Amino acid sequence: MALLKADSLKLGYENQVIINNLSFEVNTGDYLCIVGENGSGKSTLMKTLLGLQKPYEGQIEFGDGLTKKEIGYLPQQTLVQRDFPASVREIVLSGCQAKCGLRPFYNKAEKQLAAENMEKMGITNLANRCYRELSGGQQQRVLLARALCATGKLLLLDEPVAGLDPKVTAEMYSLIHDLNKENITIIMVSHDIGAALKYSSHILHIGEKIFFGTRKEYKESELGREFLGEEDGSNDR
Amino acid sequence: MIDKLVLYLQYPFVRYAIIVAVLVALCSSLLGVTLVLKRFSYIGDGLSHVAFGAMAIAAVLKVTNNMLIILPVTVACAVLLLRKGNKTRIKGDAAIAMISVGALAFGYLIMNVFSTSSNVSGDVCSTLFGATSILTLNMKEVVICIILSVIVIAVFVFFYNKIFAVTFDEDFSKASGVNANAYNLLIAVVIAVIIVLAMNLVGSLLISALVIFPALSAMRLFRNFKSVTIFSAILSVICALAGLIVSILAETPIGSTIVAADVVAFLICYVIGKMTVGRK
Repeated sequence: MALLKADSLKLGYENQVIINNLSFEVNTGDYLCIVGENGSGKSTLMKTLLGLQKPYEGQIEFGDGLTKKEIGYLPQQTLVQRDFPASVREIVLSGCQAKCGLRPFYNKAEKQLAAENMEKMGITNLANRCYRELSGGQQQRVLLARALCATGKLLLLDEPVAGLDPKVTAEMYSLIHDLNKENITIIMVSHDIGAALKYSSHILHIGEKIFFGTRKEYKESELGREFLGEEDGSNDR
Repeated sequence: MIDKLVLYLQYPFVRYAIIVAVLVALCSSLLGVTLVLKRFSYIGDGLSHVAFGAMAIAAVLKVTNNMLIILPVTVACAVLLLRKGNKTRIKGDAAIAMISVGALAFGYLIMNVFSTSSNVSGDVCSTLFGATSILTLNMKEVVICIILSVIVIAVFVFFYNKIFAVTFDEDFSKASGVNANAYNLLIAVVIAVIIVLAMNLVGSLLISALVIFPALSAMRLFRNFKSVTIFSAILSVICALAGLIVSILAETPIGSTIVAADVVAFLICYVIGKMTVGRK
């Protein structure tokens, strides 16, 4: 059984269908990149996978003992967060929230988990700093640490490198790559097709035509070549 | 001056006023940070006008305990306003403006048409600006105020971490399986209770100030959620006490004096905040 299986999904918003008949599956340890042009429905698909909205048709099944509560999500930054007075520790800890249920305060194990994930992301020294004063790359690490508190299995990343400079972007990708090597499954929405082809194991291309397959298959497919052709040939690694 | 204060403190209604002022100030500051960050600063204003309308209806119906009408109506409106969904056709700020001025107009209309009182504009003015109503509280009203405050504070402490998580990132919370909608509902109900409580103290026009000023002041100085929350609560209580004492001694209107104290505190915090940032 796959970790996550989407079966003939029909997606859209405000009664407009954007994606029809979409099926794919993700197995433990996969690194899936979702690519496509603006407006092709990447965010809508992401929200559906997260359970924030329902598909019009079709269904999403979780397997391998994964429950809906075990999805770690790295969202795009919102306006609210830019002036939120919160310390890094407070934010990372909030990733444990779903584990708390109705219990009002975090227990030792959760605090320990938050500390470990901050260590893993190299932000332990920032624990008491204010989130809004950090650089873009540091903020992403904080949110990644929070997502790791929610899950040890599946991470959904929404444009994780948007607005980061090239050096920090490379660091971010290698961080995600390391997590993937620890057998954490990655699903990433990205504009950056070059990086998608470098790191991912599978590609899901959505738009007018839909492609799902391994990275190698994508490079050889007609759709893949067409999409890559728009980019510079030097991106072909 | 001290003599005058001691003399006044011997009256039970002054002591009641102080108890209520401290509790209301404390409660109203708690959710301020959340509302400011969720871009709902104006919700206090909108809801207080709804409470004003409800109060007018209660007065006309001659309900002995007007809380029975004001509280449910305000809670219902809060739930409507804070219910954020893709189904809402009218966006947040427009909805607040609509409900707020609508309720205000209807409240005044009802008071004028049906009122039995000889001094309608006086009644309206005291409802809007609090005027002296805090000094006319009886024992029963004080007890209600204490009970509601304790509930508000208890709910806030118990759900503190959840309110933080939902305020900071609603989508993440939902995705990881937290019932964010339920907590949004909780926030709406609590804020409505706070508004109704605060009406006695500063009147319905000035409630927003009580909710947002302490939070904004604290955000100038502190950089984590816990400190901001604690400091805004302390600051709010200090301002309420200072405003109350000044208004008793100088015989100024209580509500506006307390809000003036909040404004001064904000300016001080703003300057200190600027100075400390400059030093870094």
